Amino acid sequence: MKDNVTNVLLSGVGGQGTILASDILCTVFHENGYDVKKSEVHGMAQRGGDVTTHFRFGKKVYSPLIKCGEVDYLLSFELLEGFRYINWVKDNGKVILNNQEINPPVVNLGKTEYPKNVVGTFKKFFNGNVFIVYGLEIASEIGDPRIVNIVMLGAFSNFFEIEEEIWERSLLQHLPQKVQELNLSAFRRGRNAL
Amino acid sequence: MEKVMQGNYAIARGAWEAGAKVACAYPGTPSSEILFAIANQYKDDIYAEWSPNEKVALEVASGASFAGARAIACMKHVGLNVASDPFMTLSYTGVKGGLVIVVADDPYSHSSQNEQDSRHWARFGKVPILEPSDSQECKDFTKIAFEISEQFDTPVLLRSETRVSHSFSPVKLEERKESTIPLGLNVKDAPKYTMIPIYVRVRRQFVEERMKKLEAFSDEFQHNMMEINDSKIGVITSGICYPYTKEIFPDHSYLKLGMVWPLPKKLITQFFKKVEKVIIVEQLDPFLETEIRAIGFKVYHGKDVTPPIYEFSPDVIEKSLKGKRYRPPKERVNVEDLPKRPPNLCSGCSHRPLFYVLKKLGLFVFGDIGCYTLATAPPLNAIHTTTCMGAGVGEAFGASKALGKEGLGKICAVIGDSTFLHAGITPLMDVVYNKGNSTTLILDNETTGMTGLQEHPGTGFTIRGEPTHRVDFEELAKALGVKHVRKVDPYNIKEAMEIIKEEVERDEPSVIITVNGPCMLHRREKRKFEHPFYTVDPDQCRGCGLCLEIGCPAISWKEVCGEEALTKDGQKRKGVVQINSLQCPGCSVCYQICKFEAIIPGKA
Repeated sequence: MKDNVTNVLLSGVGGQGTILASDILCTVFHENGYDVKKSEVHGMAQRGGDVTTHFRFGKKVYSPLIKCGEVDYLLSFELLEGFRYINWVKDNGKVILNNQEINPPVVNLGKTEYPKNVVGTFKKFFNGNVFIVYGLEIASEIGDPRIVNIVMLGAFSNFFEIEEEIWERSLLQHLPQKVQELNLSAFRRGRNAL
Repeated sequence: MEKVMQGNYAIARGAWEAGAKVACAYPGTPSSEILFAIANQYKDDIYAEWSPNEKVALEVASGASFAGARAIACMKHVGLNVASDPFMTLSYTGVKGGLVIVVADDPYSHSSQNEQDSRHWARFGKVPILEPSDSQECKDFTKIAFEISEQFDTPVLLRSETRVSHSFSPVKLEERKESTIPLGLNVKDAPKYTMIPIYVRVRRQFVEERMKKLEAFSDEFQHNMMEINDSKIGVITSGICYPYTKEIFPDHSYLKLGMVWPLPKKLITQFFKKVEKVIIVEQLDPFLETEIRAIGFKVYHGKDVTPPIYEFSPDVIEKSLKGKRYRPPKERVNVEDLPKRPPNLCSGCSHRPLFYVLKKLGLFVFGDIGCYTLATAPPLNAIHTTTCMGAGVGEAFGASKALGKEGLGKICAVIGDSTFLHAGITPLMDVVYNKGNSTTLILDNETTGMTGLQEHPGTGFTIRGEPTHRVDFEELAKALGVKHVRKVDPYNIKEAMEIIKEEVERDEPSVIITVNGPCMLHRREKRKFEHPFYTVDPDQCRGCGLCLEIGCPAISWKEVCGEEALTKDGQKRKGVVQINSLQCPGCSVCYQICKFEAIIPGKA
């Protein structure tokens, strides 16, 4: 039974919209008949701190938290925040990285450097299972840099045999009407990015 | 119908399905979403309010209960400390309509000033406590709590925690059922609700009898579940520890307690007979373990192997219970060395310039609970105490009494608008009444910022967004007897510096209120800045780093070498700063600080 559960770890920086993305994941997989559990830490997170969400789906899910080393998919919205969880991923796990750097305070202050060669390190350990998305570029082209989260969700949707229609319907459920068009195009651009 | 819900939303749903009529709370992570959900989704059936503090929230809810309505009060763990006064006596009065108190713990102090274990309140207050482990149980247990409350004439605690309140899982939805208890008050009930000594002693006996009946109920309670698998090891656990342990050890036997006080002693006895060894898995204090050992049972493992502090996870439980047999996952990179990313004040936040000023004045700052605790981090380092809601005002006063004239000009208290109304008024009254001289800064960002922008009596709006009376902080301070009440624009550094210096040096009580500095995330109020953003003139920047002292997320340091290591007029420099125009809202604080006119307004 345990083997049936798939573990997705989303990581990013507060304000990047990881939580909305994981809400949508919950709806999509639940509608497809899976038991789902998701857990996140927020409260102070909106203020630029690191944010992680554990999302699990399967026939029966007990814990809302994933064990370290058991992540099947690492969906990272920011390079350093993805790097922080490199040890959490299974050997054959897949890593989907938004190729964006957001400086943490100590780097802004010039006290330390932003880690170098994050993508290369991931490739060293995970070879062909590393997927890079230029989320900020795509989001900016669409006209709103804040929409990186939905671009990433679109890219992530490629890893599952779930109809595009279900993804898009779930996406719309979570969004007010005035931003639906924008988010749909972000999702589709993301889906075509991989 | 089934829906994936957050634990807090499921509690809200449970209150609605149970026919609750009144819901009160003061926001506090991880409990805040409960009232938000009630006010948004069930407003036609449930009266909801943000109360000024948790004590008031519980009192309003208990009044509704006395009048026959089902009522719920929600708070974080430390909120129950504030509400403990009514709580301890409501145990004696009991209820008429069901009264449920939700208390949400925060192991690891993700967003809290301590890590207390709320189960102790149940034993201390002599009331039952239920502990859900997922969203379905959040809903079910809330409904059951109302029933137990009415059946046994007692308030009921529902203990959640961060990982239950903030996790999502599927919930089966049902319809609302109105309570059958008639609304109304009866003066003949006075002996039940008036806790003067003669009536207290009567109710005191009732409480003891009630707890015996509840213990018998607990033995039969369907959510105290025995699950016998392999009989070698049995685990007694509750709440979130159950799914964690079950995940790691699916074959062990389990006694999962939905009600952790009073304990089902008969059921526990049966469990000990059915399994060879018993392990107790519980987060924070050895609450179950102490009680079960006191009955006389031999516990194989408990807090001798599991940590008594911080939050559990499947990893923590596996490591604790497997001991030497535990194999850690392989380490590809040492991530401990990676730069940390703590939360920070938002770019443009009105607290930033204010704390920059306090730092420059060299003050010892008595802080409080709110976003501004973030100013304690480098580079601002401008908060020097944080204890609990409202504490800073009294602490600054106490320090000034201790230091006498020596303290003049060296101390101040800062407190947010919501926090001031929660617990800051009485200590300010004390400053005036007892002839103090301390200065209290009310940082009015026109919302309850840290917990997610909730209304309060100083915003002029109710939880439902309806306009209402708005507390005027200046009038309030004057009514308490403060003669020197000043207003300051926090974004005007020079003026703020002068006013604050003048007031902290004054040998009389004073209050300074920040104006026109709404939270940057505020949905209704926005500060209009003169320019859309600022930018750096790379010819002028000398790399002095002065603007980095405010810790703004939009400003970063860039090392330079070669030709770039000289300014246009030949000054040497090691680096320059840059401003991320996407993050910069144009608050102008860095512009005011820069001595070399290197920061200039940007054009949209």
